[in-house]
Amino acid sequence: MKVLMKGNEVIGEAAIKAGCRYFFGYPITPQSELPEFLAKKMPEVGGVFLQAESEVAAINMVYGAAGTGARVMTSSSSPGISLKQEGISYLTAAELPCVIVNVMRGGPGLGGIQPSQSDYFQATRGGGHGDYQNIVLAPSSVQELADFTMKAFDLADYYHMPVMVLGDGAMGQMMEAVEFKEENLCSSLPEKTWATTGCSGRERNIINTLYLNPDLLEEHNKHLQQKYEQIKNNESRAETYLTQDAEIIITAFGTTARIASSAVDSARAMGIKAGMVRPMTLWPFPSSAIRETLTHCRSILDVEMNAGQMLDDVRLAVEGKAPVYFYGRTGGIVPKASEILEEIKKIGGISYESHLRQA
Amino acid sequence: MHFESVIAGFGGQGVLLTGQIIAYAGLMEDKHVSWIPSYGPEMRGGTANCSVIVSDNKIGSPMVEEPGVALIFNEPSMEKFEQQVRPGGIMVVNSSIVEKKVSRKDIHVYDIPAGKIAKQLGNERVANMVMLGAYLELTGVVSTESAINALGKIISKKKQSILEINKKAAEIGASVAAGYSVDSLLG
Amino acid sequence: MKVISGKPESLTDKKYHYCPGCMHGVIHRLVAEVIDELGLREETVGVASVGCSVLSHNYFNLDMQEAAHGRAPAVATGIKRVLPDRTVFTYQGDGDLASIGSAEILHAAARGENITVIFVNNSCYGMTGGQMAPTTLPGQLTSTTPLGRDVKKEGYPLRMSEVLATMDATAYIARTSTHNAKHVMKTKKAILNAFKAQQQGQGFSMVEVLSTCPTNWKMKPVEALQWVENNMMKYFPLQEFKKVSGGDQ
Repeated sequence: MKVLMKGNEVIGEAAIKAGCRYFFGYPITPQSELPEFLAKKMPEVGGVFLQAESEVAAINMVYGAAGTGARVMTSSSSPGISLKQEGISYLTAAELPCVIVNVMRGGPGLGGIQPSQSDYFQATRGGGHGDYQNIVLAPSSVQELADFTMKAFDLADYYHMPVMVLGDGAMGQMMEAVEFKEENLCSSLPEKTWATTGCSGRERNIINTLYLNPDLLEEHNKHLQQKYEQIKNNESRAETYLTQDAEIIITAFGTTARIASSAVDSARAMGIKAGMVRPMTLWPFPSSAIRETLTHCRSILDVEMNAGQMLDDVRLAVEGKAPVYFYGRTGGIVPKASEILEEIKKIGGISYESHLRQA
Repeated sequence: MHFESVIAGFGGQGVLLTGQIIAYAGLMEDKHVSWIPSYGPEMRGGTANCSVIVSDNKIGSPMVEEPGVALIFNEPSMEKFEQQVRPGGIMVVNSSIVEKKVSRKDIHVYDIPAGKIAKQLGNERVANMVMLGAYLELTGVVSTESAINALGKIISKKKQSILEINKKAAEIGASVAAGYSVDSLLG
Repeated sequence: MKVISGKPESLTDKKYHYCPGCMHGVIHRLVAEVIDELGLREETVGVASVGCSVLSHNYFNLDMQEAAHGRAPAVATGIKRVLPDRTVFTYQGDGDLASIGSAEILHAAARGENITVIFVNNSCYGMTGGQMAPTTLPGQLTSTTPLGRDVKKEGYPLRMSEVLATMDATAYIARTSTHNAKHVMKTKKAILNAFKAQQQGQGFSMVEVLSTCPTNWKMKPVEALQWVENNMMKYFPLQEFKKVSGGDQ
C-alpha cells in the first residue's frame, strides 16, 4: 500500500525494512528528520539509535558496529559528510559494509541549507585518502529513496563496502507516495564469517587497515581494484527517457533530473527532439547508457545543481564524439524547468531549425 | 488532469498541513502527488510555503514555477506569489488578514474571510480549512470527502474529535467561494 | 609437574615489536591475564588504537578491531551497542586518547558506555619519534619541545583520570604505574576491577597506566623506570579515583 511520506523519513523506514537496527548520527539540516524518525522507531523494533558527539564519532561507531556484522547506517548533509571522510576511508580499507546517506546542501564551507549536488566529486571519487570508491546511488524520487536505500544494504553486504545514498535537501523534505518493497531484498547474501563477535568456537578475527609491508598493501589495493572492476561491470544503472530518436540528450541526476524531465517534455511539445539519460548509479558511472545515444544524438546538455561535476564523467563517456554543454545553478538555487528549456532551445534549437530547412 | 498549487502564509497558519491534506487526498484518489515545502530559518516564525502537484500522470519537476492556484494566507505571501500565478489562474486570498488588493487583472481572485469565519465557528485554527474548502470548490482537484479523510489520517488518533469542525469550515469555505454570502452561511 | 607461570591464552605467540624497556609488553600481558582469569577470551572484542600499540591486535589472541587515531572509544561504542553481552575494551596511548581522541573518550565516558579502556601514558608520542603529547610534563624535553615544554606556550598536561572521574556515568577510574613489580601487580588488580565493573554492567571503566619510553626519553630502561617514579608520579598521582560499588564485588 502506498503512503505519503517525507523523503528523509522514508530513508529511515527503508533502512528498518532492510533489517538495519543500528543508526549513529549527528543533527544537521536538511536531514534531521531522518535521525529524529529513527530515534523514535529504532527502540520500537529493538534497534539502537545513538546521537554521537560528532560526525567523526558517528562514522567510527558505524565502523565498530559494521565490524560485528550488523546492518548499520549513518546520515548527514554535506559539511557533516566531509567530517565522515576519515571513517569512510577506514571502512573501505577494512571492507566493512555500511550505508551512508548524504542529503546534500550548498557548499563550500558551512554553505547554506538549501538543496545542492555539489558533493558529486567527493562522493564519486572516494572522498577521503587512498585509492578507493564507494558505490553511489542517486535516487530522484521519494519512491527511489526507499528502493535505493534498501538496495544499498544489499550492495554493501554483497561487496563488503560502504554504499552512499546521495540525495539532496529538496528530496529529503519532499513528500510523495511510497511503497516499501521488501520482496526486492536479496535473500542469499554470504555469511559474515569475518565479523568480530568474540572468537568462541573459531579462529579469532581481526579487522585492520594497517599494512606496513608495501607488498601486502599493494596486494590489498589490487584486491580492491578487482572488486571495483566487478562492480563497474555489474552495477551501473541509468534510466533513459525519450532517447530513442533524441537529437539532444540531457544528462542529469537526482532532483535535477526530475526538473529536467519536465524541460524535455516542454521541448518535445515544441517539436525539439530532446531526451534524457539519468544516471541512477553515480559510481559506477553508466557511461555506456550515454554512449549508446551517440548514434543519433547531436549534442549533450549536462544539468546539475553545481558548477559542473558529473560533467567530467559525461565528457569521459562521450569521448569527444559530440559537443557537451553545461547548465548549472549553485549555492542552493534549484534550476527551473524553464531555464533548462531555454538552454535546450539555445543548443538544440539552432541545429533543429537548420535540420528543418534542409528538409 | 495536472494541478500545480502554491500555499503560502505565516508559520503556524496550517499552510504546510493544508498542502499535505491536498496531496494525501490526491493519493487516496489514486493520483500522482508531490508536496515540497520551503525550509530553513523561514520556517521559524517567518513565512512558510509549499508546492503541491496532483496529476493523472507521473510528476516530473516537483517544483512549481507558475502555479495554477495560489492559496494566500498573509500579505508577504501575496507579494511573493502574485506575479508567479499563471495567467488565467486562481488566487484565493485570506481577506481577514490580507488588506492589499491584487493588482493583476489576468487572474481570478477570490477573497475569503477565512479568519473571520473560523473565529465565528469558534476555532481560529480552522481558517486553513476554510481556505482549503474554497480551493476545492474552485478547482475540484480532490473531493472534500477525500480531504477530510486525509486530515483524519494525518492527525493523531487523539485529535479525531476536531474533524467535525474542520469539515464544517471546509464546507463554508466552499460555499463562500461558490458565491454565497458569509452572513447567510453563519446565520 | 605444575606450571606456575606461562603465557596467557589471550596472548599470541607473536614476538613483541616494542623497544627494550617499554612497558607495553607487560601491560599487554596484564590485560591478557585478567581476560584469562575471568574466562572472557572467547567473548571479548578488543579495539587497538594508533600509536606504538597500533599492532596490539597481533598480540591479543582474541577478536580485534583496529581503529582510526583517537576513535577507539567510538568504535568500541559501536561494537558494544550491537553486542551488549560481550566484553569490549580499548587499548590506547596518551596521544590517541588525550589529544586527537579527547572528544571520543569524554563522550564515551559521559554516556557511561559499558566498556573498559586501558590508557597507557608514557608522556610522549612514542611511535612518531617522541613529540610532545598532552601528557608531556612541564619542562620535559621532546622532539617538538627541544627546550622543554613551556607551559606559557604549550600549556599544561591533561590529567585524564581526574577529568573522567568527575563524570556521573563512569564506574571505575584508576591510575597505576608499572615502574616496579609491586606496582605492576597493583596495575593488574586495577585492570581486573575495571573488567569486573564492565561484567557487572556498571558503566565506563578506565585504568590509566603510567609507562615508559626509554628510546624517546633517551634513557636506559632502569633510568626510565626511575623517571616515572620521580617525575611522572608527581604530576600524575596514583590513585583509585572512582569505584562504584555494586554487584557481587
